[in-house]
Amino acid sequence: MADPMRIRAQAAGDKATVRVLMSHEMESGQRKDSAGKLVPAWFIQEVSASLNGKVVMTAEWGPAVSKNPFMQFVVKGAKAGDKIAVSWKDNKGDSRTDEATVS
Amino acid sequence: MKRWTLATSAFCAIICSTASLAQSDSEKAIDEYRAMIADGNPADLWEAKGEDLWKKKAGPKNASLEKCDLGLGPGVLKGAYVQLPRYFADAGKVMDVEMRLSYCMRTLQGKEVKDSAYNKDDHKDIIALATYVVTLSKGMPVNVPQEHAEEKRMYDLGKQAFFYRAGPYDFACATCHNADGKRIRLQGLPNLTKNGPAGRAFTSWPAYRVSNSQLWPMQQRLNDCLRLQRFPHPKFGSEATVALSVFMGVTGKGVPSLAPTIKR
Amino acid sequence: MQTRRETLKQSAVVAGLLASAGLIPQQAAAYEKAAFDAKTAADVTKALGAGAPVESKDVTIGGPDIAENGAVVPLTASTTLAGVKRVLILVEKNPAAMVAMFNVSDAVEANFATRAKMGQSSDVYAVAIMNDGKAFFAKKEVKVTLGGCGG
Repeated sequence: MADPMRIRAQAAGDKATVRVLMSHEMESGQRKDSAGKLVPAWFIQEVSASLNGKVVMTAEWGPAVSKNPFMQFVVKGAKAGDKIAVSWKDNKGDSRTDEATVS
Repeated sequence: MKRWTLATSAFCAIICSTASLAQSDSEKAIDEYRAMIADGNPADLWEAKGEDLWKKKAGPKNASLEKCDLGLGPGVLKGAYVQLPRYFADAGKVMDVEMRLSYCMRTLQGKEVKDSAYNKDDHKDIIALATYVVTLSKGMPVNVPQEHAEEKRMYDLGKQAFFYRAGPYDFACATCHNADGKRIRLQGLPNLTKNGPAGRAFTSWPAYRVSNSQLWPMQQRLNDCLRLQRFPHPKFGSEATVALSVFMGVTGKGVPSLAPTIKR
Repeated sequence: MQTRRETLKQSAVVAGLLASAGLIPQQAAAYEKAAFDAKTAADVTKALGAGAPVESKDVTIGGPDIAENGAVVPLTASTTLAGVKRVLILVEKNPAAMVAMFNVSDAVEANFATRAKMGQSSDVYAVAIMNDGKAFFAKKEVKVTLGGCGG
């Protein structure tokens, strides 16, 4: 199971800025290892976020997103105490969901 | 003598070709880049892991590290990092945060700690723990002690090591780091003989290195500097590394701690 | 904690079911592989069934002028236009242009940030794809340098 994400959600007015740090290799499939062999592509393809259980954002990523990815987005209608959940799924089918409370 | 001249001229060719004393547009742009990636530092992932390891019961003694004494008393974390390295009577030597954590893993948890290879085996845990510990001193002024005789000895040794020229290029740390305005390609080299740069360099590690996506603690960074100087690589816990760290810390007294940071 | 994770996964599955039933609009059901293979901004928008991208002052691309390391380049893409369906981030000179694609719902601002790998200095694009199929972009140049030392 992949390492947990770090999710920080900060409310300002009726919006919350959500910052996420994910732990993932994000191998592009272009890199060669020390033996000269291509390291197979392994990267997050799908990302979604929900506010109090309702999906508010989905995204698709390619292998060019940096390793240990960072993402930021702004949710409308969020206030302190609300729950933000972020999920990702990679091209090998591995996935992860983590939750945070809006502060 | 000839070798030194060749080395210096090759070196100056790199540096002097792009040197300018005032901060150039490129340097300003790079500062902006560094500020942009500072928020959302993947080091946070190691910090979370470190906090877990600090609190988790482990080892034959089935104990957590919460009673580890980092110099301010058992379990006192806030401000601990900025007063390390320091002398520890129970260990009989000057230790930095990495060595002290390793010591606590051994004594409190009864573990046999495999820490000799950087970023491998138990050293990974030490790095995560160190990242957690340093975060709790963020913004606090560097205050590396110089009271015990051993602490003073380490400072003297560090100062000596800093200016010690050796290796096939006749480099010392000072070759790159003893003056303002030096640069390698677009990378400005901090003058580590001055308080501000020394303090910032001292508290910049542990850092997340973007170029290899690894979290490097201070000892590993110094090890790599020495490798680039074509010196023999010191082992983990080597007096040479700790001494250089003490020298930088004392020179950087009072500077607010930055760690953990993000570096190229 | 495991129970909560399972609950969260369940709600994600439910959301997926709702999406495929067309009850959550603007949610892509399948991974847009063709778009992620496309080499230019025009090819990307074409693969997504949108028109050729037109430059617009209402789209903003944010990023550094110089990136000290191409492995991590912070980029933001946003637009003030109404009726946005998707916001894309592209790096022109990468092996494939599209880095990321964000689907815009009523619940989020059309304002996203992530970090991209850049193989070399290149123009980077923010592209907004509208509900009516039009595409608008903004671009800027990001120079990637080779630093000297480990910092």
